[in-house]
Amino acid sequence: MADDPIERRRFLLGAGLAGTAVAAGLAPGLPAPEAQAQAAAAQASNTEPDTFLVLTATEQAFLSATADTMIPADELSPSGTACGVVIFIDRQLASAWGGGAKMYRGGPFQKGKPEQGYQLSLTPREFFQAGIAAANDWSRATHGKDFDRLSVADRNAALTAMQEGKAEFRGFSSRAFFGQLLAITMQGFFSDPIYGGNRNKVSWQMLGFPGLPATYADKIDAYRDKRYVAPPQSISDFS
Amino acid sequence: MATRLKEVDAVMVGMGWTGAILARELSKAGLDVVGLERGQDRTPGEDFILPSVRDEMKYAQRLELMSDNSIDTITFRNAPAETALPIRRWGAFLPGEGVGGSGIHWGGLHWRNLPTDFRIRSALAERYGAKAIPDDMTITDWPVSYDELEPYYDRFDKLCGVSGKAGNLRGKIIAGGNPFEGARSNEYPNQPIKSSRAGLMFADAAKSLGYHPFPIPCAISSAAYKNVEGVTLGACEYCGYCNRMACETNAKASANSTVMPVLRYEPKFELRTRAFVTKLIYDKPGKKITGVLYTDLRTGEEYEQPAGIVVLSSFVFGNTQQLLLAGIGEPYDATTGRGVVGRNYAYQFEAGAEAFFEDREMNPFMGSAGMNVAIDDFNGENFDHAGLGFFGGGYFTCGQAGAPPIGGRAVPHGTPAWGSDWKRATVKWYHHFARFNTQGSVYANRSNFIDLDPVYKDALGRPLARLTYNGTDNDHAMSRYLLARLEGIIKAMNPTHYEMHSRPRNFTIVPYQSTHNTGGTMMGADPKSSVVNRYLQSWDAHNLFIQGASVFPQQHGYNPTGTVGALAYWSANAIVSQYLKKPGPLVAA
Repeated sequence: MADDPIERRRFLLGAGLAGTAVAAGLAPGLPAPEAQAQAAAAQASNTEPDTFLVLTATEQAFLSATADTMIPADELSPSGTACGVVIFIDRQLASAWGGGAKMYRGGPFQKGKPEQGYQLSLTPREFFQAGIAAANDWSRATHGKDFDRLSVADRNAALTAMQEGKAEFRGFSSRAFFGQLLAITMQGFFSDPIYGGNRNKVSWQMLGFPGLPATYADKIDAYRDKRYVAPPQSISDFS
Repeated sequence: MATRLKEVDAVMVGMGWTGAILARELSKAGLDVVGLERGQDRTPGEDFILPSVRDEMKYAQRLELMSDNSIDTITFRNAPAETALPIRRWGAFLPGEGVGGSGIHWGGLHWRNLPTDFRIRSALAERYGAKAIPDDMTITDWPVSYDELEPYYDRFDKLCGVSGKAGNLRGKIIAGGNPFEGARSNEYPNQPIKSSRAGLMFADAAKSLGYHPFPIPCAISSAAYKNVEGVTLGACEYCGYCNRMACETNAKASANSTVMPVLRYEPKFELRTRAFVTKLIYDKPGKKITGVLYTDLRTGEEYEQPAGIVVLSSFVFGNTQQLLLAGIGEPYDATTGRGVVGRNYAYQFEAGAEAFFEDREMNPFMGSAGMNVAIDDFNGENFDHAGLGFFGGGYFTCGQAGAPPIGGRAVPHGTPAWGSDWKRATVKWYHHFARFNTQGSVYANRSNFIDLDPVYKDALGRPLARLTYNGTDNDHAMSRYLLARLEGIIKAMNPTHYEMHSRPRNFTIVPYQSTHNTGGTMMGADPKSSVVNRYLQSWDAHNLFIQGASVFPQQHGYNPTGTVGALAYWSANAIVSQYLKKPGPLVAA
């Protein structure tokens, strides 16, 4: 069996699914139908096992929990993790961008006005490491457990507290962290699937976004007041 | 120690729109020209191709085509009393890098300033009395008139294959075009870009209120077009991947698609990329630049490139920074109002709106940055400012540049930011929204300027340019007035819901607003109040010609590139027809 490539592939796929389920922290937080929907969606969309480049198990658990809270499985789409959002974030943080490429990192570093934008010395990867640690510290201090162990209702309340800057992270801005977290989660949900998220173009199907067109020059007038519907095409469909 | 290279006739510092145009015109005139570009080379056949150009993540979110902040950035503060801090990654504006510069990822909106814009101080004084102009509003007449520039606007139109509908053809007002525009010698090279559903609704509503809607002029060919260089540009595909991206059909004009295909094969031109010009070498007593110092970013080797003519053709901040570093011209002092270099920095004061129409299908993913209907009724001196308490204005648009799924969605204010309710609202409204913008002027103010930062340095150890800027009371009042008029039009479109977005009190360096930075090396009538003369020639070094929007005395209510291109051809013509025959100041100081 070890020499059979098909069998090995199935084995890896199974391992990947198990990893997702554990990382998503399904057991304590999610009601059974939701967990089933997630598992089904993951099964439908997962073609490769989830192998992480930079995220630790704790970070995976945290980001799986935030991804599934921000993008819950429902009638419109599978959950954030099933769509590949956490893999997307891992790849982004491992990329040149995540390592601070094209970012001015000269000192002195000092706190500016909000008008002056991002002034931390942290690369995006370091920023998420610090933010996740601060969020879990805060979650333990206020709820007695890490964010990914909270109930769905508590996760939503915690995200709201961060969004409003009311979650008092120690020495770190919860509002700034939330802003980056929401942004990268939405990027993972909506970007071209070549980056690891938006598996099976689920968000594009949800929106009715056709992806890459050949041309619309002949469709502007033809589809005036009429919805243009086409199966979404990714960069990889043309490659 | 820098390696001294063989002298050339002319060197370009930056190979965006103006560097490419000047290099083309000067090499055509027989000069040996070297183009120095700090970024990489970019060619349509290699870099602007399907399917990779249609990547929202790479280009619109991760800003692939923008300049590298780790090498060079600027610092920013709202007011002189504050400490400026570096822009660590671009936000409010997005300067490009590499051959083609910001002219690759622009939206292609292609305007001319109004005839009255070129004589704005005189025009305001005549209409409202000189005392009506506030003391701190340092607006200035341009030292060139619309009529003088018109042939060069025309020339740039024909390079870019501009699409549009003339509203003023040799003095005759034409229905369907912009009746406020200056007289054009020729119709636009291409028919207008098609209008979106919302654009047509906007046009009807504007007309019902007595305004004058027209399709926006844009450097996006609506049909295949052979330009003045003999290069064929493609037709717009309305693909919806436009802003922040390159165009694979070469419909959206760039230096790469319009000039470089010819310039690359010009034996008298040599392109050197990854060549970062660190200093202009200034012979102050001789009032000339002897050459430039640059670092080869591939190896770190330093070179001195002597040149007969130096064309400074980098972005607004780089142009100003080079003069300050080399000690060319008197630096501007905001406390005394003396000095010129860095003076009259201006920006674009944009504000807009979103409206939702639950029964209207917009197919928002189809579009082009040029797919816009505009009105110009509230721009410049197109309307009476008596009693309004401000000067300036801007054009309004309703357009559809595409709706890429990460950055192009819209939901009504108050929608949750995540969760199933957010998802339902996102799906409900994605096909049913329209966006509006007002392209507001920024009339220069004595407190807005560029100088050198005392603390922060670039990767080559040079002080960064420091921007001190905030929106003025005048510009806020202007913007409020424009938004109120825009709101009237939107109401007449009968939306399900709409939201007006006014500018926050303080200018902020995030999020994106506009890349239309202007000023710092302004043109003018005399060396006391300006950096370059009417031919963009430095008052302090006669062989230095400074290009781009850094020469604007203030920013009017239009995108700058049309005027930037016209000025480049105007300046090139002065060099070739006057300066080469008799090198020296073209205007007596």
